[in-house]
Amino acid sequence: MPTALVESRLDPARAVVDVHLPAGEPWLHRLRSGQVLRITDLHGNQAVDTLFYNADDAEERYSLTHTLQAQRALYLAAGTRLMSSRGRTLLTIVADTCGRHDTLGGACSCESNTVRYALGKRYMHSCRNSFLLAIARDAASDAAGGALPRLDKRDVVSNINFFMNVPVTPEGKLTFEDGISAPGKYVELRAEMDVAVLISNCPQLNNPCNGYDPTPVRLLVWDAPG
Amino acid sequence: MNDPSADTVFPLARAAMPARSAGFDPGLVLWHEPVPGGGSWSGLLRRGNTLRLTDVNGRANVAMLLFNADERTERYNMPDTLKAQHTAFLTRGHVCYSDMGRVLCSVADDSCGWHDTVCGVLDAAGLQARYGQARYQEHRNAMQRNGLDGLLVELGKWGLGARDVVANLNLFSKVVTDAEGGLHFDSTHRRPGQHVDLRFEMNVLVVMSAAPHPLDPATVYAPGDVTLTAWRSGTAGADDPCRLSCPENGRGFVNTERYFL
Repeated sequence: MPTALVESRLDPARAVVDVHLPAGEPWLHRLRSGQVLRITDLHGNQAVDTLFYNADDAEERYSLTHTLQAQRALYLAAGTRLMSSRGRTLLTIVADTCGRHDTLGGACSCESNTVRYALGKRYMHSCRNSFLLAIARDAASDAAGGALPRLDKRDVVSNINFFMNVPVTPEGKLTFEDGISAPGKYVELRAEMDVAVLISNCPQLNNPCNGYDPTPVRLLVWDAPG
Repeated sequence: MNDPSADTVFPLARAAMPARSAGFDPGLVLWHEPVPGGGSWSGLLRRGNTLRLTDVNGRANVAMLLFNADERTERYNMPDTLKAQHTAFLTRGHVCYSDMGRVLCSVADDSCGWHDTVCGVLDAAGLQARYGQARYQEHRNAMQRNGLDGLLVELGKWGLGARDVVANLNLFSKVVTDAEGGLHFDSTHRRPGQHVDLRFEMNVLVVMSAAPHPLDPATVYAPGDVTLTAWRSGTAGADDPCRLSCPENGRGFVNTERYFL
């Protein structure tokens, strides 16, 4: 079951970024080393599909396999170091009131929707569409917190699903359980180097894990303490 | 009969499907290739051919990446493979999905029973921490090779590189998960001579390394040898367990067969 919960003492009034991100929208943003990002699940059991890159060299990126090897465990919680494809720590989870986050479920896409649900589901909105739109459209955005790396489809790899509960049984079954998140639960990550954050606030309407009701999240960023 | 739902496209797309799947027959073998433990290999496996991998010593691990040879940005996708089949490991009856909802290959036969999908490969630092250093200068071709370097070398031969390294298959390796999510390497099922048949449903660039699994607790570097045997199988038939094991795979094969019509 979930590991120890760790609350944060950071004050939202002192955040330098405060974004309300509706479901179905992407967010691409540069975090400076030492900045802290909080993702708040405003309404409960919302999937926040997230990738991280070294902001100055996107060939170094969040690596599911390095992260699992480092902690010899599947799920993310307070204390987890998110490892890069070069074996370095990109970010550390410094606070978490949810207790478990998924590493295996990846992102929904139009193409996987045709497999998982029905061939005709291709035209429903999906996380991969949000990822691809953000990296094509937003990399040069002035609102992104600084220069961002150029990314393409090859850089869209296995992502984290914050607030999702996707346990693997001892027999190796992958199950999609009712969420353990709830309104107001949050996770906080400290950047250990300059990183680009790529989020898709998941629009999936075919999966019970979000109650078939995608909802907004709040994104807060604090500068490193003086 | 007149249901206008999207799935009525099924029969049209199934025109390319054989009635029955073929079983292994020595007369169908195209080539053999022995791969020494620690070695790496890459090559093209065409639609309708099967690659049989055999664990010679009972301690092999084969890290593998798969790409559509005709459009290399289409590649094996671990999350889509696991979600579609509600499994964290692969065995007979499963398929490997690309990020485009197509079946790159299907696991047509398997005497091993469990192939890891989530643990990745050791890099140079990980290998040195586990086994110490054994360079070419002192050890010649008995040097210690790690899985990541092997994959990068093979990817480089095809114009691919570090950006193309995604969560890979680890054939012949079993890793189980406890209630807290802890990962545990399990070698109790291993036997010399175990094999797995990957039947290619698309033209696939296969990239592999036979270096040790990242969670293998062995303290001595002794990667197992592998034999590759390609044979002419044809694609999955209408009766094939991989196609019929779940409705998701039925749709995945439709997507695949459409691509070749």
